[in-house]
Amino acid sequence: MKTLDAWRGFVGDGWQHQIDVAAFIRHNYTPYDGDAAFLTGPTERTTALWEGLGPLIAEERRRGVYDVDARTPSTITSHAPGYIDREHELIVGLQTDAPLRRAIMPNGGIRMVESGLAAYGYTLDPQVKETFTRHRKTHNDGVFDAYPEAVRKARRSHIITGLPDAYGRGRIIGDYRRVALYGVDQLIAGRLADQARLDAYPSSPAIIRDREELAEQIRALGELKQMAASYGYDISGPARTGREAVQWLYFAYLAATKEQNGAAMSLGRTATFLDVYLQRDIHEGRLTERAAQELVDDLVIKLRIIRFLRTPEYDQLFSGDPTWVTEALGGMGRDGRTMVTRTTFRFLQTLYNLGPAPEPNLTVLWSQALPEGFKRFCAQVSLDTSAVQYENDELLRPAYGSDTAIACCVSAMRVGKDMQFFGARANVAKALLYAINGGRDEITGHQVAPVTAPVGGEILDCEEVVAAFERTLDWLVATYVDALNVIHYMHDKYAYERLEMALHDYPVHRFLATGIAGLSVAVDSLSAIKYAKVKVLRDETGLAVDYAVEGDFPCYGNHDDRADTIAVWLVQAFMDRLRHQPTYRAAEPTLSVLTITSNVVYGKNTGNTPDGRRAGEPFAPGANPGNGRDRHGLVASALSVATLPYDSARDGISLTSTITPDGLGRGRDEQVTNLVGVLDGYTDAGGYHMNVNVLDRDVLLDAMAHPERYPQLTIRVSGYAVNFVRLTPEQQRDVVSRTFHGSL
Amino acid sequence: MRTPLLTAIAGAVHSWDVSTGVDGPGTRFVVFLGGCPLRCLYCQNPDTWRMRPGQRTDLDALWKTVSGYTRFIRVAGGGLTVSGGEPLLQPAFTEALLSRARDAGLHTALDTSGVLGDRASDALLDATSLVLLDIKSGDPDTYRKVTGAELAPTLRFARRLADRGVPMWIRFVLVPGLTDAPANVDAVARHAAELSTVERVEVLPFHRLGAAKYASLGLRFPLADTAPPTSGVVERVRKQFRDRGLIVY
Repeated sequence: MKTLDAWRGFVGDGWQHQIDVAAFIRHNYTPYDGDAAFLTGPTERTTALWEGLGPLIAEERRRGVYDVDARTPSTITSHAPGYIDREHELIVGLQTDAPLRRAIMPNGGIRMVESGLAAYGYTLDPQVKETFTRHRKTHNDGVFDAYPEAVRKARRSHIITGLPDAYGRGRIIGDYRRVALYGVDQLIAGRLADQARLDAYPSSPAIIRDREELAEQIRALGELKQMAASYGYDISGPARTGREAVQWLYFAYLAATKEQNGAAMSLGRTATFLDVYLQRDIHEGRLTERAAQELVDDLVIKLRIIRFLRTPEYDQLFSGDPTWVTEALGGMGRDGRTMVTRTTFRFLQTLYNLGPAPEPNLTVLWSQALPEGFKRFCAQVSLDTSAVQYENDELLRPAYGSDTAIACCVSAMRVGKDMQFFGARANVAKALLYAINGGRDEITGHQVAPVTAPVGGEILDCEEVVAAFERTLDWLVATYVDALNVIHYMHDKYAYERLEMALHDYPVHRFLATGIAGLSVAVDSLSAIKYAKVKVLRDETGLAVDYAVEGDFPCYGNHDDRADTIAVWLVQAFMDRLRHQPTYRAAEPTLSVLTITSNVVYGKNTGNTPDGRRAGEPFAPGANPGNGRDRHGLVASALSVATLPYDSARDGISLTSTITPDGLGRGRDEQVTNLVGVLDGYTDAGGYHMNVNVLDRDVLLDAMAHPERYPQLTIRVSGYAVNFVRLTPEQQRDVVSRTFHGSL
Repeated sequence: MRTPLLTAIAGAVHSWDVSTGVDGPGTRFVVFLGGCPLRCLYCQNPDTWRMRPGQRTDLDALWKTVSGYTRFIRVAGGGLTVSGGEPLLQPAFTEALLSRARDAGLHTALDTSGVLGDRASDALLDATSLVLLDIKSGDPDTYRKVTGAELAPTLRFARRLADRGVPMWIRFVLVPGLTDAPANVDAVARHAAELSTVERVEVLPFHRLGAAKYASLGLRFPLADTAPPTSGVVERVRKQFRDRGLIVY
């Protein structure tokens, strides 16, 4: 094997002497426009390896975690090699020394580690506690040293929730492919050159910070080699075979997950890259289709058991233990060729070979121009597993090019070129209530936003409410970005993603990714105020605590311009304000309309709203219309969501749809055709994202009653997939209560 | 140029919906017209029996809503379906709506019991790409019991469609104890098999999801105690159609 030239047969230029994985792919990949007939099932080895994990996963489901190492703060090299079944693994490497044994990562915050451990009956090692309280400051401590009072108040009142001030921000995708294509040594050499170039600049605070970060990145790359060596691999040079390419890439990803407990630890866009290696091996006679599939299956088994120790509060926001190992599949190239390869199919095939699962978060970049065979296979997989989400390649490609990946649920970034500062979300429904109440919180009565004149009168006047709402948004956006600037300053300082950033270009482009929750509630409320009569009910202190609506009003989700234009206005109003905020490291602000499962928590913390929603009721997830308010079926609902302008919500707009199987037609073939049609139509209409669930409500009800019968039942919630049985009962009820588009 | 008469046309529209795969091929804009001459015992939409004041809708206004979906429908594949109620209770409006859709390049479907088939003009049928024809029973006595009307007009309409070359999807609602007798089913199958333009038969198992509508209208649901058919019965009935050489769902 030593004699093999790693780059044999590879063509094109522009990628050998500088880091450019996209150029390598463009020159060397083989588009595949056929159907799924070539795919193979699991080998006995694959099945045995996966089934061997079954009892551990069942035990984990029972206890919440399977095991934790409460003594060893995790680093790239902290743990001895771990195996599932050493003799039978094709791709090796675990986060700790045993499968499903979670690690602690105190750099984000020691209290979170402690409460995470306590939740499952573990105690933090006293020495670790002393280290991270007396000798080493954490991100969480830094943030709370620097938060201004206005942010603290907004945070306490839950108008801004889920901020990554107590957990790892995540949503940074290292270009893990670089390790396979170039080997670690060439990457270190590149970083040394970047560092040397900085010597020409005077030592300003910004330059000093960059130099220190580059030094840390180089150190992390060295640790990556050391970790691989502990498994018996020398990854200083490039991968020479398909198996090595998968292994090198996985080592790089694994090292990132040993260093960071990020909210979302996404994989990127790897299938078409890996396909180049797998096809070369197949052509050289080194690999069969069956063996190629086996490698992909083995990688996916590893990705399915990525675990982080998280707190109960975190689980409330992001339920079901998600890791967001998001892999972007398919899409089109800028030269008009599809980016679909056989390995794109092989990734989807893992949902059959290993059964449905929420991770990795398989995300198809959809275009009408995709090959028919691929479209039909995607639709079939959705019908069979509900485990796939779709994002609009026709919006992504013009904005970011054809080497774009998705972090978390819907956040697009050019792989290795962009990173983002994740910013959770602000509650615009609550902001509307603050506007009506002159900045007071509708639940506590406390003054949270600056004092303004409350909206007076018995019947709400639309113009007056909108003017007050705009003033509240001014305050909310400024306070929100202020919080994020503090958070990301401290995250860079105390919990820097050394390895992930080593796998980005220097300098990197940064986004400041904000989000909003409660869009449909705010829109329907404004619609009610505009088109019906909304009477205010006040308590003895004059606080508006409830609303009585007289008359009909159009709701968002019915493809009705009267309501949809309000939604467009609100998204643009929020984004317009963001554009004027000063941001940490001059990051480009973006906005998402995405809640993940936090729609339940946001709803719990929001009082009665003028649209008739009762206090505490969950919001609709993401950009979804209010539950039951979309009265004309899935397409009308989706077209309303598609009117939201992507240019004002570049961090993504999430729609979760649930269809009963017979709501797509008779017979599997027809259902496939119809689902392809719906995805084509939604994409054409400018819709950004769609989670597709094909489910009967009865199945979910039965799974709530008998969770043990449904260990692999997977459903898509806002932006990711979860094992239904791992959701909290409250969230299960929320899912079941949502609109199912079926036929009567 | 559209004539003033046409632009002024209005009909009693109960509601509209956009569905996929259940009201004809692909994704469809479905217009439910108000009013039906039948009172089928198993009817799931008693709210469509009568034309009600307030349902009167100008065709242009309706078309404005439809046109919000035409691009989606062209890309996704599908068309427009006129359903009810019974659309042929309002033949002029139905014809105008189907023609407008046909002129817009959409596939068109008419969802009907056929009992008022004589009222459908040739022009209406020329504007119809597909008829979803409910044959509620094959035995005239059972038909009368189920619907309160005669079977013959539906069969006459079906033959007319076949003669004109209009494609048909035959629908048969399977209700235990009411329409499930083998002889009754076989009679439907025999009629369907004789019609050269039948593309498929859809056997729709009875369900009780419409019961709430009866309650809210203060009506008694005659089949409140009837259970949906077992999968065994559904399969037997589908086989009866299949045995006549028909494509069955």
